[in-house]
Amino acid sequence: MLDLLFLVFMFPLAGFVILAFARGRLQETPAAIVGVGSIGLSALLTLLIGYEFLSTPLEDHAYTQLLWTWMSVDGFAPQFALRLDGLSLVMLGVINGVGFFIHLFASWYMRGDDSYDRFFSYMNLFVASMLFLVLGDNLLFLYFGWEGVGLSSYLLIGFWYKDPANGAAARKAFIVTRVGDTFMAVGLFILYHELGTLNIQDLMMLAPQQWAVGSDIATIAALLLLGGAVGKSAQLPLQTWLPDAMAGPTPVSALIHAATMVTAGVYLIARTHVLFELSPFALNCVGWVGAITLLMAGFTALTQTDIKRVLAYSTMSQIGYMFLALGAGAWGAAVFHLMTHAFFKALLFLSAGSVILALHHEQDIFKMGGLRKQIPFTFWVFLIGSLALIATPGTSGFASKDEILWLAWAGGHHDLFYAGLAGAFMTALYTFRLIFIAFFGQSHGHEVHVPHGLDHSLPLAVLAVFAVLGGLIPLPLESVLPHPHIASEDGKHALEAISVLVSAAGVAVAWFFFHKNRALAEKLARGNLISDALCRLWSSAWGFDWLYDRIFVRPYLWFIRVNGHDFVESFVAAVPVAFQRLHAAAAQSQNGRTRWYAVSMVAGAILMIAMVLL
Amino acid sequence: MIGVPLDHAMILCGILFSLGLLGLMLRRTLIFMLMSLEIMLNSTAVAFVAAGSRWLQPDGQIMFVLILTLAAAEVTVGLALVLQIHQRFKTLDVEVLSQMKG
Amino acid sequence: MSPHDPAILIWLIAIPFAGGLFCWLFERTLGIAFPRWVALFTMLSVLGLSCWLWATGDYSLSGIGAEPKWALEYRAPWIDRFGISFHLGLDGLSLLLIVLTNILGVMAVACSWKEIGRYVGFFHLNLLWNLAGVVAVFLALDMFLFFFFWEMMLVPMWFLIAIWGHDTPGGKSRTYAATKFFIFTQASGLLLLLAILGLAFAHHSSTGTWSFDYEDLLKTPMSAGLEYLLMLGFFVAFMVKMPVVPFHTWLPDAHSQAPTAGSVDLAGILLKTAAYGLMRFGLPFFPNASADFAPIAMWLGAVGIVYGAFMTFAQTDVKRLVAYSSISHMGFVLIGIYAGTELALQGAVVTMIAHGISAGALFILCGEVYERLHTRDIRKMGGLWSTFPYLPPILLFFMMAALGLPGLGNFVGEFLVLLGTFKVDLMVTLVAASGLILAAVYALYMIQRVLHGVSKSEVQAEDLNRREITMLVTLMILLLALGLYPQPVLDASAAPMRALAALYSAGATP
Repeated sequence: MLDLLFLVFMFPLAGFVILAFARGRLQETPAAIVGVGSIGLSALLTLLIGYEFLSTPLEDHAYTQLLWTWMSVDGFAPQFALRLDGLSLVMLGVINGVGFFIHLFASWYMRGDDSYDRFFSYMNLFVASMLFLVLGDNLLFLYFGWEGVGLSSYLLIGFWYKDPANGAAARKAFIVTRVGDTFMAVGLFILYHELGTLNIQDLMMLAPQQWAVGSDIATIAALLLLGGAVGKSAQLPLQTWLPDAMAGPTPVSALIHAATMVTAGVYLIARTHVLFELSPFALNCVGWVGAITLLMAGFTALTQTDIKRVLAYSTMSQIGYMFLALGAGAWGAAVFHLMTHAFFKALLFLSAGSVILALHHEQDIFKMGGLRKQIPFTFWVFLIGSLALIATPGTSGFASKDEILWLAWAGGHHDLFYAGLAGAFMTALYTFRLIFIAFFGQSHGHEVHVPHGLDHSLPLAVLAVFAVLGGLIPLPLESVLPHPHIASEDGKHALEAISVLVSAAGVAVAWFFFHKNRALAEKLARGNLISDALCRLWSSAWGFDWLYDRIFVRPYLWFIRVNGHDFVESFVAAVPVAFQRLHAAAAQSQNGRTRWYAVSMVAGAILMIAMVLL
Repeated sequence: MIGVPLDHAMILCGILFSLGLLGLMLRRTLIFMLMSLEIMLNSTAVAFVAAGSRWLQPDGQIMFVLILTLAAAEVTVGLALVLQIHQRFKTLDVEVLSQMKG
Repeated sequence: MSPHDPAILIWLIAIPFAGGLFCWLFERTLGIAFPRWVALFTMLSVLGLSCWLWATGDYSLSGIGAEPKWALEYRAPWIDRFGISFHLGLDGLSLLLIVLTNILGVMAVACSWKEIGRYVGFFHLNLLWNLAGVVAVFLALDMFLFFFFWEMMLVPMWFLIAIWGHDTPGGKSRTYAATKFFIFTQASGLLLLLAILGLAFAHHSSTGTWSFDYEDLLKTPMSAGLEYLLMLGFFVAFMVKMPVVPFHTWLPDAHSQAPTAGSVDLAGILLKTAAYGLMRFGLPFFPNASADFAPIAMWLGAVGIVYGAFMTFAQTDVKRLVAYSSISHMGFVLIGIYAGTELALQGAVVTMIAHGISAGALFILCGEVYERLHTRDIRKMGGLWSTFPYLPPILLFFMMAALGLPGLGNFVGEFLVLLGTFKVDLMVTLVAASGLILAAVYALYMIQRVLHGVSKSEVQAEDLNRREITMLVTLMILLLALGLYPQPVLDASAAPMRALAALYSAGATP
């Protein structure tokens, strides 16, 4: 059974090829069958393989399948080899499981679109690349998937290509992540140069042998990998692309920009955790990047008006939690939160998609209102997702987030813990702001078209169940990721109580300001200069776009504008000009006057005679 | 051997050459310029003859014949060109005839 | 030695020559379809011949190194007095480039099928002679012969641009571009000739015999100063051809005015002759001076990558755009050659081939777009995605190759170059790696402006026909194969590149 592992990505890949060559000739239903079915088969196979993997004791707790050797030059021989272990199995489950339901939902969401089959071809390509990323046995293969998901993300963000704004968002996403990817590539160079291999297992074995803890080279390598991770996972300072990426169809946001691709950075760091353990500084950076992003994104989410952008900043902030967990050395908790986050954030995005379609592509939450009664099913699943997001006890989000906070506290990372706690408050605040504004209050007289159909409701229902119960899934991570040693469980319950209280306080504040007394919130926001400036700063996501525009984009465009005609060309053009000048000067002597020639001849002769004589 | 001293012959040559040169530089008509050229050629030819008789060598006279031939050929071509130019431009003034300006 | 008759090497050159002649001679009597078929058949047969050589030969020997060993070698006396002979040799490196030349040759013939309507026979004569000249450059082992063929590539190219090229409305004319191309390469050719003569003189003064033969000249003892000087002569000549910033300005002009086949030929093949020249001659003749010079050359390459990428972004003419991106990509080749590690050198070889295929395909696509929209101005395009079903995804594919997407050939090459350069020069690697970002910037911007957005032109044009799709899909498959399993290529060039790397490390540590 395990040797069928390669089929897991072959199904989506085949789906991509079929749909790509169909080029619009396929009707919606067959296209949906191919697009969704390929992921379904993959998900089934994942289940079977997962069962087999967990029930058979394997040497090393991992199964490796060699496809072929990519290239072999001078000892550099990266292989196309798949490695299945506890971590990749979890990722496999998330990608194929959540991915399948999102595909199913998408088959409803995208109905009526001109490029139905093109959409599913890109989605299948994405799933295949993501599977490469998590199954890759060496960093180069991982990089292959890494860039592949970047490409699919680009294609899907710009899916509705006729609007140049979507194209710009897609470009931004690709280029910003490419910056991170390039850091990562340099990291790969260092690792290969120092350790002589890119095979992940070998690297993880060699690195502690050759590098001392805290050595510079380990820090540099780890920081460069972190560069790749922050690019993909939209963390500070490469976070600016994620909100714009919401230009893509909503299922895309759910699959790529919430559940799977953006968590690739977390996966990468967890995968190479040995390296980060060698460099306390880099690990600290991971934690602080997470903590700062978590808070900044929380503030920004508070001021957004677009339902998808609120969720995008929320995603950024939740990934911040995962980075925080990684920084605290709680590898397992980070991956756990990755999984539960995939459940509830996919649910939130899909139900947001349901809202958006119900309102005929209205995304502004201030134009919604009172939707609770009009689309009750969507409201309830959205509420379940939100409750999981704010870590209400009994939901999956509670299980994972409290694990993170507890491990951060117990591991002695108190500052990270406080940041996480503040983040929990922010999360509750912005989430329930969204709910109170969009689902409660006065209806704005929107014509509401109630979504229905099994392909709409089933994914939402299933994901809602997972969002609640997902925390009970045991993860087979012990063999891959070390568990931090915690002396005692004392105070865990007290901590849980505190964090629940903090979240509840957030909900209460949201209720007060955005439901009970919204005018007061308006007054506070517009009240004086400071709050006005703060609001503007937050709603522009702390001005990072502005800053990057000034530092990178404008100078680039300035250079292009100044040098549009290639200054080297003017040197080259100077050569013929110089020759023409020379010619003009020489032509002066050819004036056509015979007597002048005679005189100059005589003068020349006299000059020569004089030179000879003297 | 009694004859004209070489110095005198050379002075004559120099005077003739200078006259030719001045004519070439000062005259504006093509015909006169050609004639000046002939004078210059002949002055050198005289110099050759004088020198040949001074050193009792036949080379000077050989050179004279050579120059004579050359002058004849030159005049032939030159006069033909002058005729053509006169026909086409109705003038022989070199100041006007400056079509060869580069 | 492989079991083949060495005279096959002559056939590789002679068949296209003869085919070209046929095209021209019988155009009048047999109609304009005749030259096309003859040219296609000719190129297919030499392609088959070279592939057969690849499949059946043994390329574990290296033609680079102190004692070159050839898989196939042919030698006939020519001008004995000066030690000039008709000396051809084939090793893995030249084989790869010859196969590339012939593949792109077939594509060049196929893509001119509809485009060329005037003097069809003479066109194919020039095209095939140019290709034959390139193949001969890859085979020649006598410096005199090499120079002969080096110059012979140019004249047909001049005709191709000057007769069948395009005049930019209100801009530069095709004769301007052709002449610029010719003067640049001719001037650099003069330097090459001087350097070759200098080398021959040096050889004569130390041994007393005249020789232009590769293997004799390899062992020429020289003073360090002379070696450096001659090395510069070779380097500058190849640098102009490659082209390296700041000697690149002929390339965009030549490309933008050339017919499609000319551009395919120029970008795909002619640029590679320079890199080949450096690998085959520039480095082995002057290993010590080259090792001294390597940092400068690598920086030139890095500057070329960044500058080329910047300029690519600024272009509004699609063909100029692809031309500038070629400059950027050839920077990787230059870095790879001068980094001198086996990884980097192998990367340079893969980059050459992958760039040949991808740039060739991009120029074919530019030609197809021009045939349909009658403009090459990006500002007048837009929204092609909704106009054509097949052209846009194919264009997307090749632009992705240009930006170095893993899984396609360019990535393998560029990654190997950077990986191999890393231990030689950190800063160069970092600057060159920034080219990966800049490539994404220009490639995506170009896609946005050409394919996305709302369609600007009202032209209802036919999509790609079967001939065009066959061509482009073939190139796509080749590029994908090179990206996923480059081992056959790497194996073929392994021996020469290993020898070159060894020579390099010997030169760097005297």
